[in-house]
Amino acid sequence: MQRLGADKVTVAFEGLTALSEVDLEVSPGQIVGLIGPNGAGKTTLVNVLTGFQAPTGGAVSLGGTVLSGLKPHEIRRQGVARTFQGGRLFRDLPVIDNLEVTGIGLGQSRRAAIAEAERMLDWVGIGALADRIAGTLPYTDERRVAIGRALMGKPAFVLLDEPAAGMSAAEAADLAALIRRIAGEMGCGVLLIEHNVGLVLDLCDPIAVLDSGAIIETGAPAAIRASEKVRHAYMGTAADSDLPVLEVME
Amino acid sequence: MSAILQILFDALSLGSLYALGALGIALIFGVMRLVNFAHGDVIAFSIFALLWPSVDVVARVGAGNLPWFLLIPFVLAVGAGLSVLAELTVFRRFRNASPATMMIASFALGFVIRYFLLMLYSSRPKSISLLPALSQPVEILGARIPLLQVITILATVAILFGLTSFLRRTRFGLEMRAAAENFTMARMLGVRANRVIMGAFALSGALAAAIGLILGSQTGTADIQMGANVMLMAFIATVIGGLGSLPGAVIAGFLLGAASVVMQVTLPIDARPFRDAFVYGAVIAILIVRPQGLLSGRGTKERV
Repeated sequence: MQRLGADKVTVAFEGLTALSEVDLEVSPGQIVGLIGPNGAGKTTLVNVLTGFQAPTGGAVSLGGTVLSGLKPHEIRRQGVARTFQGGRLFRDLPVIDNLEVTGIGLGQSRRAAIAEAERMLDWVGIGALADRIAGTLPYTDERRVAIGRALMGKPAFVLLDEPAAGMSAAEAADLAALIRRIAGEMGCGVLLIEHNVGLVLDLCDPIAVLDSGAIIETGAPAAIRASEKVRHAYMGTAADSDLPVLEVME
Repeated sequence: MSAILQILFDALSLGSLYALGALGIALIFGVMRLVNFAHGDVIAFSIFALLWPSVDVVARVGAGNLPWFLLIPFVLAVGAGLSVLAELTVFRRFRNASPATMMIASFALGFVIRYFLLMLYSSRPKSISLLPALSQPVEILGARIPLLQVITILATVAILFGLTSFLRRTRFGLEMRAAAENFTMARMLGVRANRVIMGAFALSGALAAAIGLILGSQTGTADIQMGANVMLMAFIATVIGGLGSLPGAVIAGFLLGAASVVMQVTLPIDARPFRDAFVYGAVIAILIVRPQGLLSGRGTKERV
């Protein structure tokens, strides 16, 4: 089984260390959570994993292949896809074109790209919206388009950057069901980056906690819930541990 | 009635020129964030291609005597070719430069093209009799409309339809639409940037050549200054339309054409010599109300 792994990934620029020797591994079919306070380096890590940013130290690999140094679309063709905060759709284009152009970028023929785009929209539950202009969709549907776009070409791994941001509990529950299907039905390895800690505790195992550019804890949801270090990172001080932030977020 | 029809055709044919020009500028701006000020000189260069193979001061019409079904593709190919050449030799080197740097480079390129023509042909306008059959008037509902106006409008409509369906229905068109909206993202999804940019330059150059053909037939002259006026109006149209928005560019081009023609006939006689001042005044008014343009395009690159 091929794994997607970060090995001692470091990103430092101008005296600032955004990531320091971060190890992380995702297996096919697994949903790994990545949480941490604002500015912890979560998106930087996703950028490094998908080639949007070069690490200054360490390496990213997929099975035996070293990915770091490859361009984003090359990594995408190797089977590592991502979504972006806020969706980043082509907002002037119809929904179906957003997926189709992704398929074409992956080297598919136009006919194959359209066929897969149609299937994919049905699969993520927005088949009826295919011809709508992407920028006119409500954000919950926009997120589904972004996820559908990431799943074009059946990637082995997909990295979801804050897909639940701004969602209500009910909307987040729908999203959680979709993410489970991505791992279960597609066998895709998922790395979920989320501020909604409740969603992550519910969906992911293991969970890694990033704080100030370093992984401070990795483990099953129960262990993360119980961790003093995690509480400290989120609350600033361990003494305030009775503030039920993690519980509230569920 | 016939006077109104005459005004309508004048407005549409002038608007066609501006719309085609604006489209050529917007296409390149869309994929590169480059305002190509050399566009007007590509127009002029295409007109002078009618004099080929003769390249001296007393040049005589050469290629311009080709039958129309060879002449039109020839001139379009010259425009497209020059534009692609400009991309390969100049703009490719400025891919990651700031928009201001690229704009200055385009000014410089425009001067190079203009002075190249000046060197060969001198600044004196050349008389060319291009497709003389087009100067016949035709009668439409009692109004005598020059056939050339009718053809200009029809050709523009055909070009707009053709371009729209090209962008909508072909793989290349899809890549271009995606790249025009967010070039960085399109590239990261694996859209082939060089091909898309070269395609945009080729289309834009062919549009410039189409304007050249129309201007050449209208005026019967080839003049190195020819593209400049259209270029200025076309640039204004792309700004009013919302930089980067293709439909916006076309609509604004037609609006500007209409405004010019309508002011020409409605302004008091004494004010008519200052028509352009009134047109530009209207432009300023529009931009004060909608600084982002009528249909706002995307002028800034998003952060990844």
